[in-house]
Amino acid sequence: MTHRGDRTLAVAGLARVEGEGAMYVRVGGGRVEEVRLEIYEPPRFFEAFLAGRSYTEPPDITARICGICPVAYQTSACQAIEEACGVSIPPPLAGLRRLLYCGEWISSHALHIYMLHAPDFLGYPGAVELARDHREIVERGLSLRRVANALMEVVGGRSVHPVNVRVGGFYRAPSAADLAPLAGQLRQALDLAVDTVRWVAGFDFPDFTCDHELLALRQPGSYPIERGTLVSSGGLEFPAADFEQHVIEEQVPHSTALHARLAGRDGSYLTGPLARYTLNSRWLPPAAAEAAREAGLGPGCRNPFQSIIVRAVEIVCAVEEALRLIDGYQEPASPFVAAAPRAGIGHGVSEAPRGVLYHRYELDSGGIVRSARIVPPTSQNQAAIQGDLRGFVQDRLDLDDERLTRACEQAIRNYDPCISCATHFLTLDVDRA
Amino acid sequence: MTGAGERRVVVIGVGNEFRRDDGIGPEVLSRLREHLAAGPDAGAGTTVRLVHTDGEPADMIEAWTGASLAVVVDAVVADPPCPGRVHRIAVGPGEVPGGHGVSSHGLGVGEAIGLAAALGRMPDHLVVHAVEAGDVGHGVGLTPAVSAVAASLTGAVLREVQAALGQSRAQRR
Repeated sequence: MTHRGDRTLAVAGLARVEGEGAMYVRVGGGRVEEVRLEIYEPPRFFEAFLAGRSYTEPPDITARICGICPVAYQTSACQAIEEACGVSIPPPLAGLRRLLYCGEWISSHALHIYMLHAPDFLGYPGAVELARDHREIVERGLSLRRVANALMEVVGGRSVHPVNVRVGGFYRAPSAADLAPLAGQLRQALDLAVDTVRWVAGFDFPDFTCDHELLALRQPGSYPIERGTLVSSGGLEFPAADFEQHVIEEQVPHSTALHARLAGRDGSYLTGPLARYTLNSRWLPPAAAEAAREAGLGPGCRNPFQSIIVRAVEIVCAVEEALRLIDGYQEPASPFVAAAPRAGIGHGVSEAPRGVLYHRYELDSGGIVRSARIVPPTSQNQAAIQGDLRGFVQDRLDLDDERLTRACEQAIRNYDPCISCATHFLTLDVDRA
Repeated sequence: MTGAGERRVVVIGVGNEFRRDDGIGPEVLSRLREHLAAGPDAGAGTTVRLVHTDGEPADMIEAWTGASLAVVVDAVVADPPCPGRVHRIAVGPGEVPGGHGVSSHGLGVGEAIGLAAALGRMPDHLVVHAVEAGDVGHGVGLTPAVSAVAASLTGAVLREVQAALGQSRAQRR
């Protein structure tokens, strides 16, 4: 019988998400009584690793938290330490940092769209089955990643866990000649990226809206990537230095990742592509703005299922930005600015592909890290994901367990959760008893 | 002078050295790099590509596309575990093994092989050395059981590479 009033769904190892976790849903009397996103990986020890290390080390150490978004970790770490040291980097180095970050956005979003998320919409169990029927489509995704990796190798030294990033800038700045071949590859990638938007815009999307407060960075005049001020759809506006006054992390029994909420607010909040787009769509560069318009996106997007369109638009944005930065590139006089250590606290924040990534470091006068704090986007989004799942399941209780479980897994993939960052992912338990 | 056939040998170390035994792939790469640079096979480094990846399938496919031989070294979780036990798996045409390597992702070597097969992007020969891990938690350094096999595994990979290079040279003569 599929239309039971009481039941339990359990997924004890969700596929196609970054990391390991589980989901549990309990339904009683035809109402969803409990939804738990369970993260069972041991708590992260990176913050403890960092204590006692030199101030020069966090960019390389924290990059190892995640193979998908190491540049985000490096960027937030560098910004925080540079603030603690009282230095700021000049525009050419800031441009290089944004250029490297564009590579990570393209790579991460292409991976999620083509390998993890699109199979859901097209009825395939995974990318392998999708590739058997649509080889040219999957090859397009791989081509985008190839360009992204080339960009990260030239600017970051290598595509996985870049090694060229340091506090104050880079160990070596590429020459204009180094970057020139990338421009040709990126021009081709721009067409592939626009085709990606058109492709995903044609998927069928469930009618579902989330009403979370949205939190993202803002860089007036440009789409936020590597820096910015925090803003929310509820009117908040604050610098990275005030992050811990506004974002409160709490332990929950079923997860080894902390849950986050905004101080003084009752509801959950959401960070990531939907938040970035809704709060900043006016600053998309021209081709990305046109692709969004053609895809039917308005100035904001609150349907988590359509996050795949937003990610595709952000690939266009990142390709355009990379082309602009390469076009205007002038090799800096020095690849870095010296950052002498001093006692103090610094804060850094950037837009990882999955959302706001905050770092804070306290240094002593010799540059030894006294304490570190890292708040990744997935841990911020856990409460919002659970909240959305509750509503999503409630509206689909007529589905049998197998179909409901599949729908829930797809819904979770809307958020591209990186449990590797939040602490690993997923197993669904639906309890209808 | 490097022959075209020689360039098409790639060794792929999969893993994260900040996840204890997941670092066996990078460890073997590091040892190979030293050997190829300074050992009796000095110079062969120009003909063998050494690639470190986190196990993401697209990266592995890019690394081995067009290769005559690809050797993959990865950590695996076994139940029951026997840390340090090495499984050598030669993947023939049309064979797509299941299962996952140790990865901080939802995708691994098994998916990479399946995807490459679907896309017609398998190397001519693929050998996977899978090392059973004892600990893939956060932290640096291999556990003693896995560390103990690093040297012999490096030697085994080197022999695979040398055999392929020798075959390639013989074919060109």
